[in-house]
Amino acid sequence: MIEAVTLTKHYGAVKAVDGLSFTVPSGTVTGFLGPNGAGKSTTMRMILGLDTPDAGTVTVNGRRYAGYRRPLREVGALLDAKAVAGGRSARNHLRWLAASNGIPAARADEVLRQVGLGSAAGKLVGGFSLGMAQRLGIAAALLGDPPVLMFDEPVNGLDPEGVAWIRTLLKALAAEGRTVFLSSHLMSEMALTADRLVIIGRGRLIAQTSMADLLAEGTGNHIRVRAAEAAELATALTGRGARVTTEPDGALRVTGATADEIGELARVRGFGLAELAEQQMSLEQRYMELTHDAAEYTAAGTAPTAALSTK
Amino acid sequence: MTAATVLAPPSAPTTRRGDFGNLLRAEFIKLRTVRSTYWTLLIAFAANIGFAVLAASVIAPRLSAHDRAQVDVVQLALAGIHLSQIAYGVLGALVVTGEYGSGMIRATFAAVPRRRVLLAAKATVFTGVTLVTATASTFAAYLAFQAALPANTLSGTALSAPGIARAVAGGGLYLTALGLLGFGLGVILRSSAGAIATVFGLLFVPPLLLDLLPGGWKNDVGPYIPMEAGNQVYVAVQHEAVALAPWTGFAVFCAYAAVAVATGLAVINRRDV
Repeated sequence: MIEAVTLTKHYGAVKAVDGLSFTVPSGTVTGFLGPNGAGKSTTMRMILGLDTPDAGTVTVNGRRYAGYRRPLREVGALLDAKAVAGGRSARNHLRWLAASNGIPAARADEVLRQVGLGSAAGKLVGGFSLGMAQRLGIAAALLGDPPVLMFDEPVNGLDPEGVAWIRTLLKALAAEGRTVFLSSHLMSEMALTADRLVIIGRGRLIAQTSMADLLAEGTGNHIRVRAAEAAELATALTGRGARVTTEPDGALRVTGATADEIGELARVRGFGLAELAEQQMSLEQRYMELTHDAAEYTAAGTAPTAALSTK
Repeated sequence: MTAATVLAPPSAPTTRRGDFGNLLRAEFIKLRTVRSTYWTLLIAFAANIGFAVLAASVIAPRLSAHDRAQVDVVQLALAGIHLSQIAYGVLGALVVTGEYGSGMIRATFAAVPRRRVLLAAKATVFTGVTLVTATASTFAAYLAFQAALPANTLSGTALSAPGIARAVAGGGLYLTALGLLGFGLGVILRSSAGAIATVFGLLFVPPLLLDLLPGGWKNDVGPYIPMEAGNQVYVAVQHEAVALAPWTGFAVFCAYAAVAVATGLAVINRRDV
């Protein structure tokens, strides 16, 4: 478990992180979302003791990171995949890491095989593609077999097969009871991977919730209904307190009633339904909605316009 | 690239070594797994031995009788130190600043949050490797000098002659302390260019400034400037009137390195990386 309590960090006059409190429970994949400059990387660096908070605390399984004598056995982290010495081989990079925390050297080859770099173990890291570097960074995070794992943009630079691999890996790690905390700007990928979300903007907490709850609360969520007797159905639904509008294609857009209720009403009244579908806002839309005011760097005229997804 | 998605069983038994031993081992792996270490050491060896052979075969036979009486045998034999000191100063700075340059320092500090202990381990490994290789190179250079020296050119060149062994070993000590000066400046400045420029600025600029001072001051200050103080430890027999004694000079030089390393230790915990 990772626990941040009123974490605050200034860089000069800029408040990068501002009274941020959140909890990352074990046994789940928790996504860390926020616009560029929201303070995600700063927060992750503070978790690892690389940056010192100006105020507040952050603990990993109840202790400050810096309090661990062999932290790689407690927390595995990938912050910046390219931040390795290019002149060293992948195996040697992992061997010094292992040595520093009293982890047997054999573990280096073990994790390299696990991330699919077994054949590149002896190659110099400088020649690695971004995707290979990400895999090496993940191998380094797994080295100490830690109960807590943290990844900053791990799918960055990976091919589709690699992206799917990470998704499966992260879910498997969480299923083993580990704490998995990851940041990503790829909303579709996050929607598939994370069970919980911590969303921040301008250094402050915007939302901390489960993925299901976040999506269920979308202001644009509605039920789409196509029926031969659309007008009659609309009247009946309105009479029961639902709000109904008509879409350009003639379908009804219903809020304030569940699909079950609409189906039951249609059955009782004898209306034939051609379509009855819950329309949920995508994670991307929910995210845009929540962070719109907090986005620090936005292009002009880029309101979220992506289509709604069918649940 | 396909990969198994199954996580390895919780394994990783703890090795029995103590924590500091683990850090020493980690730092030694770092030092010996990059080519730049070998290149720097190769350059240092080549410079020390190459100049020793050159000094013995080209310079020594051409010295006048007066010069032969005045010249310090070890200073002549270890002329290569003027070059190899650059290699060691650079290596000392790079073992620290290289990590800042690549960003790997974050991995290092995440693996070892006790930064001062880490720095102590890094300094210990660097000092050990430097002391062994630098001393080996000065002795190798001196032996090469002796072997290349034409008969009857210089006297008192035996290692057993007064001051000779100490001065040859002193060459290794000087290079080691110089490497640590680079190391300390690397910790303070965190940039390769900045640290290297500062090391050599400290070595080569004070002698130039000294020339601008009036004579009396020159004699008061001169012996204490870094290079002048440090060089005394590889002088076999002292001829200069105002120089410090070998060990005094070396102690002064070590003090410069110690101040740099201590300042680095003082600031390292305060910095975000």
